[in-house]
Amino acid sequence: MAFSRRNFLKYAAMSAEGTMLAETPFLSAKAREKAEGGNVHYVPTTCEMCFWKCGLIAKVVDGEVVKLEGNPLHPQSRGRLCGRGQAGIGLLYDKDRLKVPMIRTGARGENRYKQASWDEALGFVADKLKAIAEKHGPEAVALFAHGSPGTYFNNLVRAMGSANVAYPSFSQCLGAREVAWELTYGQGPNSTCERVDLANSRVIAMFGTHLGENMHNSQNQEFAEAVGRGAKIIVVDPRYSTAAGKASMWLPIKPGTDLALLLTWINIIISEGWYDKEYVAKYTTGFDELKKSVKTYTPAWAAQETELPMRQIVEAVRDLGRYAPNVMLHPGRHFSWHGNDTQRGRAMAIINALLGTWGRPGGIWLPAKLDLPPFSENPPHPEEHKDAVVFGDYPFAGGEGLTQVLRDATIKEDPYPIKAWLVAGTNLLKTMPKQALTRKAIDKLDLLVSIDVMPTDTVMLADVILPEATYLERHDGLYPITTREAGIALRQPAIAPMYESKPAWWIGSELCKKMGLGEYAVKDNWEGRMRRQAKAWGIDYDELADTGYISIPGSAAPYITATNQPTFKTPSKKIELVSSELEDEDFDVVPKYEPIEQPKTGEYRLLYGRSPVHTFTRTVNNQWLWELKKENEVWLNNKEADRLGVKNGEIVRLENQDRVRSEPIKVRATERIRRDCVFMIHGFGQHSPAMSRAYNRGADDQNLITRYKVDPICGSTGMRVNFVKIIKEASNA
Amino acid sequence: MPKYAMVIDQSRCIGCMSCVVACKRENDVPPEHYRTRVLEMVSGEFPKLKSELRSELCNHCDNPPCVTVCPTGASHKEEDGSVQIDRKKCVGCKACVAACPYNARYINEEHGYADKCSFCQHRVRAGKQPACVATCIGKSRIFGDLDDPNSEVSQILRKHSYRVLLKGAGTRPNVYYINQFPKKS
Repeated sequence: MAFSRRNFLKYAAMSAEGTMLAETPFLSAKAREKAEGGNVHYVPTTCEMCFWKCGLIAKVVDGEVVKLEGNPLHPQSRGRLCGRGQAGIGLLYDKDRLKVPMIRTGARGENRYKQASWDEALGFVADKLKAIAEKHGPEAVALFAHGSPGTYFNNLVRAMGSANVAYPSFSQCLGAREVAWELTYGQGPNSTCERVDLANSRVIAMFGTHLGENMHNSQNQEFAEAVGRGAKIIVVDPRYSTAAGKASMWLPIKPGTDLALLLTWINIIISEGWYDKEYVAKYTTGFDELKKSVKTYTPAWAAQETELPMRQIVEAVRDLGRYAPNVMLHPGRHFSWHGNDTQRGRAMAIINALLGTWGRPGGIWLPAKLDLPPFSENPPHPEEHKDAVVFGDYPFAGGEGLTQVLRDATIKEDPYPIKAWLVAGTNLLKTMPKQALTRKAIDKLDLLVSIDVMPTDTVMLADVILPEATYLERHDGLYPITTREAGIALRQPAIAPMYESKPAWWIGSELCKKMGLGEYAVKDNWEGRMRRQAKAWGIDYDELADTGYISIPGSAAPYITATNQPTFKTPSKKIELVSSELEDEDFDVVPKYEPIEQPKTGEYRLLYGRSPVHTFTRTVNNQWLWELKKENEVWLNNKEADRLGVKNGEIVRLENQDRVRSEPIKVRATERIRRDCVFMIHGFGQHSPAMSRAYNRGADDQNLITRYKVDPICGSTGMRVNFVKIIKEASNA
Repeated sequence: MPKYAMVIDQSRCIGCMSCVVACKRENDVPPEHYRTRVLEMVSGEFPKLKSELRSELCNHCDNPPCVTVCPTGASHKEEDGSVQIDRKKCVGCKACVAACPYNARYINEEHGYADKCSFCQHRVRAGKQPACVATCIGKSRIFGDLDDPNSEVSQILRKHSYRVLLKGAGTRPNVYYINQFPKKS
């Protein structure tokens, strides 16, 4: 056995010092650099591989980012990064990145562009925008955005006098959830980081929330903690998710019947007396009406409707009741499922209220106290020239706007023409349902500008492509963080922007200048602005830049106590079990169950979700993540696979109710899903050849989502309403 | 003298692959090769299913077949209990790759040597945890010194029943698995 004496001595010495595994805690970047010496730099900043905003520390050697680690001071990463976060370097050094500004020379979608200087590209955009605003009014310029770049272009279009701004994160994701909780509690469960006290929860019930696959860092850390502690996990999901694998009870519900189960649970909680009587009396209104309205939702009825065993339906809710209030019905995140989503969210919010979880350990913690003075260096935006179209006829559409309404208005030129779209950080073709409409709307435009990092399908339709620097190359702002305690984090560059890419703040600011809107431009640079903002907030910027996170002492007040009472910003100042705001708008004040359309024989409901290593289409070309998950499969129940004569791994196509066919996709024949639905991971099926790794890998679920059902309350687009058949490739010829 | 070991609490693994990506980056593992992986194995029939998430890596065996078969002495057992590869001595003959019952090794084609998990020896020597352990979202991977009775790994193995992979192979692994399935409370 080879064994070197030199190593032996080295170990012996280290062991004697007893410092072997005592990891030096991270206190600051400078302290670590000093301790390690050499040419190594550490830069604390904020991740953007997804939108959880984890604090990270980039290790930079000779100007190259070589490793990313979680910042232990930051409450959303706690020293750990997920696989996507670790793979941020794969985005930074992706050879397929957008490198230079480009102006389209061929037909749209032909992928023919000429390289342009920034001056030329921005001049082109500014001239076009000015001409469009002059001819049609400033409201003819619209913005779609996701993530931090949106801020700077929101400033631009609002400075022009347009308020036509829409973020898919509302109507294609969690809008209905936010609205449901706002109607009930006067406040949502927080979209950056849900205020769920998983670490202290004794029973966690989740509807479709697939933690482990949906990789929100600190939330998953606490979920593992809960599982490790032996908390009872109840997963309601037609698919045996990773989280279901951790559950003591998996309820494979018939898709679309969640509200039947939830209303029955409300009935059981009330009729069996599991609700928190004191809490309900003190903090809620409408209990008697709620009680009356749920009487007909019996376990026997729910068992029939949901196709779940009655025993499980009852047992699960009794577990919640038994350990209340240290339990939670997780609010969920992606929520636009079936078009009745606000009411589903209301039922979930109501159950939490009855069990008294809001403000209780193991439930939903109360927001940390953070009162920052407003900060602005630019004049207020002008009044919008004409009313924005982005709220449609939906009384509770959120401030983030409705993407599909903006799209429809663009197509119909009703109530007025919309002729320019700025698209920042969102791949609209893959995000919005009914791609044909997105394409049709784009064809109506005089100008489509994409500001992005990667040449996605949507980017490659643009007239002008502006290459944004990645999150590791740019300042982006100070981030108020409100987890259990409040704090401030920041994003700052680990290295200078590569190629000719530019930070979005610079692009937005230069466009303002070129448009003659100089008073809305950034004074000097974004770092300067961040410094002044920090000063206004009483934060030492240099310390923040050195540590990545500064906590606000005394800000944490997570649980209800005699002196820490919750406030509810509802009209009644109480938790509204019966919603007065819904009453004012003539909606059901208490959720009511209505069956939704189910697939015909031979059809399956199309479900979609996440992989732990991918964030929509944003990561599919990333070397390290691509390697781990190159393409998606269609999950099909084994018995159905047998019945259809398709084998595990066989390549098929899916065809939906509108006869739209998918790209070829492999079958994953499994016991892990019900027989009436299929599942695929969202984000695959890239058609842009410029994404060389992801190109033509897997199938695009959004292509099959040609139908959507709009939630009448908030206008979000339920997308789990499409049915597909399995088409064998041989019969495809 | 330390004797390094890893304990994997399988119930706490959420299958996020953070360890896998961290390892690849930390150790410059070439495309399509891995020093560690996470397997998700589901058994049973709908709806009665059972799921096991299992992190696999070099077991740093006390009776390592890779060392026995190595013709040059490149694969060797070190005093800290880990199995390491001396890249200068390795001729890339693949005997160890075939001998390892855990499929833990691969050949780095570019450089022509065998490679596998080193328990992040370079990090451990610098007083850090292995990269996979440091970033493990579920705190499912626990690393430490079995010769130190107060180390977390020693304490866990005293308290828990544990298993090793392919016990019958007689390799005497130093990667221990606890809580194969989550507790069903």
